[in-house]
Amino acid sequence: MNTNMRSFRFAAWLGWQIESNWTDPFLFAIYSVVKPVASVLILVVMYNIVTGGKTDSPIFAYIYYGNAFYIYVASVMTGVSWAVIDDREHYRTLKYIYVAPLNYPVYLLGRGLARFVTGSISVFITILFGVLFMRLPFDSALVNWPMFFGALLLGIATLTIMGLILAGFTMLIANHVWFVGDAVAGALYLFSGAIFPLDVLPVAVRWLGFVMPLTYWLELLRRALLGTAATAFPTLAHLSNTQLFAILGGITLALGLLSRYIFRSCEHRARERGLLDMTTNY
Amino acid sequence: MGNFRAQTSEASETSEVWHPSRARLFLQTVIARAYPRVIGQQREKSWIFFEIFLPMMAISAYVFIYRAIQAPEDYIGFVIIGGAMTAFWFNVLWSMSSQLYWEKETGNLGLYIMAPNSLMAVLLGMAAGGMLATCLRAAVIIILGSLLFGVQFTVSSFSQLFATFLLAMAALYGMGMLLASLFLLWGREAYHISNLLQEPVYLVSGFYFPVKSLNFWLALGASIIPLTLGLDAMRQLMFASGPTLGFLSVRIEIATLVVLAVFFLLAAKVALDYMERLAIREGRITEMRR
Repeated sequence: MNTNMRSFRFAAWLGWQIESNWTDPFLFAIYSVVKPVASVLILVVMYNIVTGGKTDSPIFAYIYYGNAFYIYVASVMTGVSWAVIDDREHYRTLKYIYVAPLNYPVYLLGRGLARFVTGSISVFITILFGVLFMRLPFDSALVNWPMFFGALLLGIATLTIMGLILAGFTMLIANHVWFVGDAVAGALYLFSGAIFPLDVLPVAVRWLGFVMPLTYWLELLRRALLGTAATAFPTLAHLSNTQLFAILGGITLALGLLSRYIFRSCEHRARERGLLDMTTNY
Repeated sequence: MGNFRAQTSEASETSEVWHPSRARLFLQTVIARAYPRVIGQQREKSWIFFEIFLPMMAISAYVFIYRAIQAPEDYIGFVIIGGAMTAFWFNVLWSMSSQLYWEKETGNLGLYIMAPNSLMAVLLGMAAGGMLATCLRAAVIIILGSLLFGVQFTVSSFSQLFATFLLAMAALYGMGMLLASLFLLWGREAYHISNLLQEPVYLVSGFYFPVKSLNFWLALGASIIPLTLGLDAMRQLMFASGPTLGFLSVRIEIATLVVLAVFFLLAAKVALDYMERLAIREGRITEMRR
C-alpha cells in the first residue's frame, strides 16, 4: 500500500471513530437526526407562519433544498480544517502525525471523508423528512440523476479544497482558531443564496454571491432535483446547465491550484516557526 | 487590601490563621472568578468582533428569508431580538455548562474542589463576568440589526421589560449552573451535548419566530428553558404586534420566570453539592481522560 493510500484510509477510519464512538449507536443516531432536522424545521416554521403553509410554492423547495445541502459546507469544509485543531489542541497528536510516514494533506482528505459520510447521513435524513412530512417536491423519475451526482461530486471537491485552504491558515493561527471555519461557513450561508434568492440581498453585496462557487453548486443541485421549477428565480436563469458546470469547474480548478500553494506555504511557515506542536489552551 | 494585611499580620503574631466569613469568601470567589473573564475580554478585544460578526451573519440570513417571503416588518425585529439572545444561550452552553468539563480537561477542576470556596460561587463568578461581555454583545447586535434593517420598537412598559430580562437571566444562568454539574457527569459527551442543544433549542424556544406558532403543548414544554418565556415576554413588550402573537400573558410569563429562577438555582446547589461529594469520595470526576 503506498503512502497516500495508507494515509487516506487510516485517516478516514480515524475520522469515523472520532465522529461516532463518543457514544452508543442509538444516541449517535439521535444526534445525527435531531440537529439537521431541527435546523431545517426553524426555516419551515418561519415559512409556514408567514405563508400559511403553502409548501407547493417554488420558494419553499428553494429554501429547503438549499438548507439541506448546506449541511455539507459545515461537515466537509469546516471538518477538514477542524481536523488540524482537533489534532493540535485536543488530542495533541499533530506533531506525531507529522513525524509519521504520512502525507498530511491526504490525511486531511481522509478526515474529510468521515465528515462527508456523517454529513451525507444528515442530508439524506433532512430531505427524507421533508418529502415525508413537509410535502417537499421530489419525484425520483423526474430527477436528472447524472447531473445531480456530477454536481454533488464537483461541489464536494470544491468544499474539500476550501477546507484545505482553511486548514493551512489554521496551522498558523493561535487565537480564534475555532471561529475561522464558522466565519467562512457563515459568509457562504449568507451570500451564496443557500436559503434565499440572491435578488433579496442588497445590490451592494450581491456580487459576493456571484464569486462564490456554492452559488452555482446549489443552483445545479436544485435544477437536477426540481427541473423547471428551479428556474422560477431569475438570478441565474440566464445560465445553462453547461455554463453552470463550467463556472463551478473553473472556480474549483482555480481554488485547487491556489490551495496547493497556500497549504504548502502555510505548512512550511508552521514548521519553521515551530507551530506544529503548539498548544494554546485558547 | 490594607485591612486584609493588618488582619493576616495580626493572625501571624497570634499564630492563628485568619478565616474570612462564609459570605465574604463567597463574594470574594465570585469577584475573583469574574475578574479574568472581564479582564480577558478587555485584553483581547478581537473576541468581540467575532462574537458580533458571526451571529450578525446568521441573523441577516434569517432576516433575508423573511424578506424573501414578504413577512410583516415586526418579524424582522423578532429575529433581531432572538439573534441577540442567542449570545446568552451560547454563553450559558459553552462558557458555563461546559466550563467545569473544560476545567477538568486542563487540570483545574481538582483545585476548585480542594479550595475552601463554594463551586456555586465559582460558577456565579463565571456568570457575572461572562454576562457583562454578553450584554454588550447583545446590545451591539440589537443596535446594529435595528439600524441595518430599520426595526421599529414600540416599548409598552420599560419596567416590565427590565424585570423580564433580569428574571430570564437569573433563571437561565441558574440552569447553566445545573447543566455544569450534569455535563461533568456525562463526561466526554459534553461537547456533543452542547452542540446538540443549539438548533433544537432555537427551534422549540422560538428564537426566530413567535413560540405561539408551535403546538401549545410543545411550547409549554419548551417553557422549561427560561429564554422561551423571556423572549416571548420581551417581544410582547417591544413590538406593536407582540401582544397578539404572545404565547401567554406577560404577567404569567414573569411569574413563571420567578419560579424557574428559584427552581434552577436550588437545583444547581443540590447538583453541585452532590458532584463535589462524589469527587471527594470517589476521586473520579476530577480524573482527566481523553
